[in-house]
Amino acid sequence: MSVIYIKGGIVVDPTQGIDGEIMDIFVKDGKIVEESGAGKADTVIDAKGMTVVAGGIDIHAHIAGPKINAGRAMRPEDMKYARNKSGPLRCAMGRVLMTCPAIGYEYARMGYTTAIEPATPALYAIHTHEELDSIPMVDKAVLPLFGNWHLTFKFAAEGDIEKMKAFIAWAIERSKGFGVKVVNPGGVEAWKYGRNVHSLDERIPGFEATPAEVLSTLIKASIELNLPHKVHVHCNNLGVPGSAETTAETIKLAEKIGASKDGRESLHITHIQFNAYTGEKWRDMGSGAEELSKLVNRTPVTVDMGQPIFGHTTTMTADGPFEFALHKLFKSKWINKDVEIETGGGIVPITYRAKSPVNAVQWATGLEFGLLVDADKVVISTDYPNGGPFVEYPYIMTLLMSRKFREKEIEEKGVNSYIEKATSLPSLDVERTFYEIVKMTRSTPAKILGLENKGTLKVGADADITIYPFDCRNVSPEDYEVLLKGLRSVAYTIKDGEIVVKDGEIAKEVWGRTFWVNAVKGATQEIIEEDLNEVFRYYTVSRGNYGVREEWIRRPETIAIEE
Amino acid sequence: MIRDIVCTFCGNACDDIEFEGDYGRNLCPIGEAKFAKKERIKAPMVDGKEVSYEEAIERAAEILKEAKRPLLFGWSSTVNEAIRLGVLLAEKVGGIYDQCSSVCHAPTTLAMIEEGIVGGTLGQAKNRADVVVFWGCNPVEAHPRHPTRYSVMAKGFLTRSRAERRVVVVDVRKTPTAYLATDFYMVEPGSDFMVFTALRSIVNGHEEAVPEEVGGLTKNELKSLAEILLKARYGLIFFGLGVTHSRGHERNVEAVIKLVQDLNRKTRFILQPMRGHFNVVGSGEVAAWEAGFEYAIDFSRGYARFSPGEFTAVEALIRGDCDAAMIVASDPAAHFPKKAVESLKEIPVIQIDPHPNLTTKLADVVIPTAIVGIEAEGTIYRMDGVPLRVKKIRESDYPSDVEILEKILEKVIS
Repeated sequence: MSVIYIKGGIVVDPTQGIDGEIMDIFVKDGKIVEESGAGKADTVIDAKGMTVVAGGIDIHAHIAGPKINAGRAMRPEDMKYARNKSGPLRCAMGRVLMTCPAIGYEYARMGYTTAIEPATPALYAIHTHEELDSIPMVDKAVLPLFGNWHLTFKFAAEGDIEKMKAFIAWAIERSKGFGVKVVNPGGVEAWKYGRNVHSLDERIPGFEATPAEVLSTLIKASIELNLPHKVHVHCNNLGVPGSAETTAETIKLAEKIGASKDGRESLHITHIQFNAYTGEKWRDMGSGAEELSKLVNRTPVTVDMGQPIFGHTTTMTADGPFEFALHKLFKSKWINKDVEIETGGGIVPITYRAKSPVNAVQWATGLEFGLLVDADKVVISTDYPNGGPFVEYPYIMTLLMSRKFREKEIEEKGVNSYIEKATSLPSLDVERTFYEIVKMTRSTPAKILGLENKGTLKVGADADITIYPFDCRNVSPEDYEVLLKGLRSVAYTIKDGEIVVKDGEIAKEVWGRTFWVNAVKGATQEIIEEDLNEVFRYYTVSRGNYGVREEWIRRPETIAIEE
Repeated sequence: MIRDIVCTFCGNACDDIEFEGDYGRNLCPIGEAKFAKKERIKAPMVDGKEVSYEEAIERAAEILKEAKRPLLFGWSSTVNEAIRLGVLLAEKVGGIYDQCSSVCHAPTTLAMIEEGIVGGTLGQAKNRADVVVFWGCNPVEAHPRHPTRYSVMAKGFLTRSRAERRVVVVDVRKTPTAYLATDFYMVEPGSDFMVFTALRSIVNGHEEAVPEEVGGLTKNELKSLAEILLKARYGLIFFGLGVTHSRGHERNVEAVIKLVQDLNRKTRFILQPMRGHFNVVGSGEVAAWEAGFEYAIDFSRGYARFSPGEFTAVEALIRGDCDAAMIVASDPAAHFPKKAVESLKEIPVIQIDPHPNLTTKLADVVIPTAIVGIEAEGTIYRMDGVPLRVKKIRESDYPSDVEILEKILEKVIS
């Protein structure tokens, strides 16, 4: 490993309160070190006039596993776009959906160094890890799905936190996962009966539990287990008018339970934009972002945006009934997968059109959250690929930083004027500072994930660094074109202390780590033995073959939770 | 005793096999044959002469490097780790990656590209389905433990026994599976598209559009079948090569996918292709995440192009587009059309396989390997995509597919 001096850059690091100071950063053996401990430099980067920040973190992107791969197979029309020809690097394919090499290369070229795959059926965890292992350049982790597992329903109905803790620890260990993902709790099970659940207090078909009980027990168990990342939820009633109300109720559940032991938030509402519509029908749908943002700002809850990008993409989610609704709405091709007694999922192509009033409201709603929620509580995301490609993050950052750019986009793209009535976006004069954008892409996601060595340039942190080719102190919202260009063309990306991108091009292919959380010491495993054996009578794989062993993963890194 | 062994023959990938020495439990007759000791390729060969592994690997790498557009075919009977190396190798040498699906369930992939697919894991057959349809497939002979483990006699949590399942077989002849059925419908060969379409009409309330007889079934028979489907609480259609390889091909599959889409507007229904080899699903999935497509992939321009009928093995060979071939864990000489095999005879062929077969006879380089799931471990995907880890249960002196392919790749890149 080499020593790198990054000399004279303009440093922005919210974790240390540094906002645009000229500083030197020293990197040795993959870590950020003191000048005195660095030794002789192998490489000196002259960062004069450039901005130095920590590597970006994507908290929610469907980058690996059976869903995105089924999407690839169904959409050769999207995959035929070649991003990179085979040479010293791999051939990289795909426009919105991408192959594994393309995903890794594009993150690195954008200055991102960590990405979280937020939904895998634990049954398919082996597959998901195989794909994560094929993604170069970034560190990664995966969240297994809990919200429609029969055992979750059982322990939720019994209100048995101890068993839920043991079950979470068992499932995360078996899937080599990072935390608890919940998608439309109860709704995916109901879909197996051709139905959905529509409120938090509705009984889940075949069980005694309600979605509210599922969420509450999972949140409490995650807090007690001290998981680094708490419950990550895709709320009930996603994507329909009136969903804002369900989201507010979900947030209030977390408010009632309170914050984590370490003071951090206890619930992450993902792609909140898709769950934030008011109204009763599509004809009167509007944005609930203003109210929800206020609620998020005062409760122990964090969010990511789920910003739609105008153009075509492919939706994919464990929310099976929602994908069926999309299929009926658009008459488009549709993949569905009902997964044993634990979860399900669906895939449907979609196009976001600026001229459609509904899509315009979605676009505006996402931006409202990006502008109105505290920068310590909101993360930039497109819910890749549901809202659009993650390569558009620089575009989202620029929209959040420049009102003029927003106005230009509304004008040039012909965004439906219904947003004036249904959202507050046109009247919002908030412009995010670069410091806030760094929070929303670095320190905030790192904090939510509990990854202490990420999203920061503190001594001892992982040397994951982005160097932008502009001086962040001199860019004004007026010059949005300069800003957009600068954010899109990274001068350097450094991953674990190695220069992996130079002047926007991949300089070296590297392989990141896969983080997983071992919390089995935090709960008595024996108490769920009988329940597990009972449930495996209804699986089609034996218990002995369920799960992933650490040695099957390319570069695993365990985060062990002590009692 | 070794437990939880995954059988590496058919798409069932039964994972409850137990071995005590050489005695295996829970195996079906095909599985027993798979695990029985069989003739092996004794040593690596180049031009019919026994050579060392190093020499064989050297020659294989040379052939691939010298070729303008080699065909890399097979893959469905090896592990994902080997398949991944195969895709990388095809990319690096600018060749064609194709796998057994192209002569099997490729019409299913093509139909899926048009319509998607409404699917689920085999657990849905076991636990939920109260109506199970086998259409143009014959699991009793091709996937012997399918009925007991998953689809007919399995004890699930909602559907608890055979008595609670209505089992329907639709086929062109009374197959052994038909004897398990509650209802059997005999259709005329090549009429599947019409029968699916007639059923769609009835399901969607357009009964009047259906003629008195379609594909050998009377209108009353069609109505009774549609009623069985509609009355299901949760239904499941398994379909096989009878649908994909009769007149209509992918259009048949599209029609049954649309039927299932329609049925989901009335009740719940899913569809599952009866995939053949134990890892034919993996040979498509790995290619999709590495290169973007499942089969028929050409890398001759440095990036991946997908074109069934152009870059599928049989057609590429018949046109004489490939000037070398590497066959891994497959036997195209026994299964491809005569013209394609003749073309294969004209070009240098590398074979990587544990067992001698017809392809061995025309191969210029033969590299014997360990049998995956018996002598080598790795990941495979069952017919419903569920990933399983196959085990090494016997020691062997043969290197694994992965070891051989790693070495060839190394030589090709250097």
